[in-house]
Amino acid sequence: MKVHEYQAKAILSQFGIPVPDGGVASTSQEVNDIIENLGGSGVVKAQIHAGGRGMAGGVKVVGSAEEAATIAGELLGAKLVTHQTGPEGAPVDNVLIEKTLSVSKEYYLAIVIDGSTKSPVIMASEAGGMDIEEVAAKTPERIIRVNVDSIVGLQPFQCRALAYGINIPNDLIRSASTLIANLYRVFEAKDCSLAEINPLAVTEDGQLLALDAKLNFDDDALFRHPDLVALRDPSQEDPLEVEASKFGINYVKLDGDVGCMVNGAGLAMATMDSISMADAMPANFLDVGGGATEEQVSQAFSILLADPQVKRILVNVFGGILRCDVAARGIVAACKETEIRIPIVVRMLGTNADEGKEILAGSGLTISLVKDLKEAASVIKESAS
Amino acid sequence: MSILVDKNTKLLVQGLTGREGSFHAARCMEYGTNLVAGVTPGRGGTIWEDKVPVFDTVSQAVDETGANVALIFVPAAFAADAILESTDAGIPLIACITEGIPVMEMVKVKKYLEDKSTKLIGPNCPGLISPEGKAKIGIMPGNIHTPGRVGVVSRSGTLTYEAVNQLTELGIGQSTCVGIGGDPIVGSSFVDILELFNNDPDTDAIVLIGEIGGTKEQEAAEYIRKNVDKPVVGLIVGTTAPPGRRMGHAGAIITGSAGTAEEKVRSLIEAGVSIAPSPAEIGVTVQKVLT
Repeated sequence: MKVHEYQAKAILSQFGIPVPDGGVASTSQEVNDIIENLGGSGVVKAQIHAGGRGMAGGVKVVGSAEEAATIAGELLGAKLVTHQTGPEGAPVDNVLIEKTLSVSKEYYLAIVIDGSTKSPVIMASEAGGMDIEEVAAKTPERIIRVNVDSIVGLQPFQCRALAYGINIPNDLIRSASTLIANLYRVFEAKDCSLAEINPLAVTEDGQLLALDAKLNFDDDALFRHPDLVALRDPSQEDPLEVEASKFGINYVKLDGDVGCMVNGAGLAMATMDSISMADAMPANFLDVGGGATEEQVSQAFSILLADPQVKRILVNVFGGILRCDVAARGIVAACKETEIRIPIVVRMLGTNADEGKEILAGSGLTISLVKDLKEAASVIKESAS
Repeated sequence: MSILVDKNTKLLVQGLTGREGSFHAARCMEYGTNLVAGVTPGRGGTIWEDKVPVFDTVSQAVDETGANVALIFVPAAFAADAILESTDAGIPLIACITEGIPVMEMVKVKKYLEDKSTKLIGPNCPGLISPEGKAKIGIMPGNIHTPGRVGVVSRSGTLTYEAVNQLTELGIGQSTCVGIGGDPIVGSSFVDILELFNNDPDTDAIVLIGEIGGTKEQEAAEYIRKNVDKPVVGLIVGTTAPPGRRMGHAGAIITGSAGTAEEKVRSLIEAGVSIAPSPAEIGVTVQKVLT
């Protein structure tokens, strides 16, 4: 799960990490109040979940309350399109207004789980404020990494090694080490999948603070963080994905026109690949889950039917815990609730497959039953022409 | 024969009296698995379905029954604790079916297991099965499997069934099929299982099914290149997945070029692995390498 910059900074601040003075606003009155408090100038930052805001005009320095009101007025309620949002953009419901600072140097600091060592890794770089993927690709030696032993925890010497390693000024080594330790506390306490400060700035008056921050959380740990769940902003997500998540369905919207519904993530990816090998493109990833009920299958199928980009549907069910007759009833129920009629191709195998196929055949719906993935792909190929 | 589980397996199920545990334990018994004990704290002293004794703790169950494999159906919030309890009781093999264990908990479990002899399969996996020894330790449909000499290792559940079904339909039996799980941090890696198949005199060929995300398949390729002379058939799914999005499995997120399907396929080909041209052609590709 992702949160906004202002929410991430509020969490960092609770853990003792300095952030710029400022406030979040959704109305022109609030914008005015905050900018007055900051002494009449500041920086206005659009709050959306995607990156690339600066290049897209979502971050502006303002020199007066009037200017702040104009900029905020343009941003609030509009959609900001960045290279990460896709052409539809993301809605701006809030702006963060912060004090402008004279920055003397910018650094990069982040914590993620390192898949190869199965432990948290802290990454730091002197090349702050830049796209870190680019730094990693072109000048990997400019990023230093420290792995944390999850049982012993992060040690002070490791924080110092990171601070010295990225050439933090000598008089700030101690505060940088504390800041790194505090970021690790955030990472652990909030079950983050990513905790990133970019840039971490040193100002001309010798302060160290988080100029921008990003926190992503482990979806599997949200059950023990109701405070984080409350920060979720569904307006930043695809509406069909939000709908799917309500029913415990794994759904990701894609660009093609073949809707697909599968049980199991691996088989779902295999089905998507088979669609693309048949010269078509999948409209989505959809894993209805191992032990799905008839209602979940029906909801999942309705989500496919509700997507105007979907022109045909491929269902691939390998019955195990999910019985094929349950899946078939779910599909029929979803079709009966809508007038939409598009070609449907179904492949069913495993537990109660014959019963499932009978239900589909007797439903009065036009459904092509196929015996395996190969035949499914060739039927999809034909249906395009 | 097989790897990891066989006719000598004495199975203990953690969470036996729950809905999932109960359902799947019954299927395991039907298949022929020797289910000797269940563990549910607070239910010790009862008999499950008039057949299997239930204990409050794993160590009691091990002392009384000699259980040597644990299968976990405990909810995600308590599953890491269940793994640690069986490890502490000295059980040599644990399969954890549970999906959705927080990553930071698995980081700690993994670290704890480092100097222990216990092997962990999963979490978020279908388990493992040896058809010849009638040992089904997991949630896979037993009837699609047939005894034979091909080993299957995979990060997926239903896609593994797909592969097994293709093999069985072509008359190609399996020695053991292992689902290692779809999470970013799992107990046994491809390499751990490949090593066992490579050393098993009754496994002639290996099927490896990977997916996007992480570098587990590249590590497998490196191991195969150096150590494996048996034919290996590979399939990597997720070619059509966009970067940065989670495709169901928490481990299936492309971050950087190493996680892409193309990169994984490339390293497997370099290691001499025969890549199935499509998910529909796993079985026929195995048939080719065996002849």
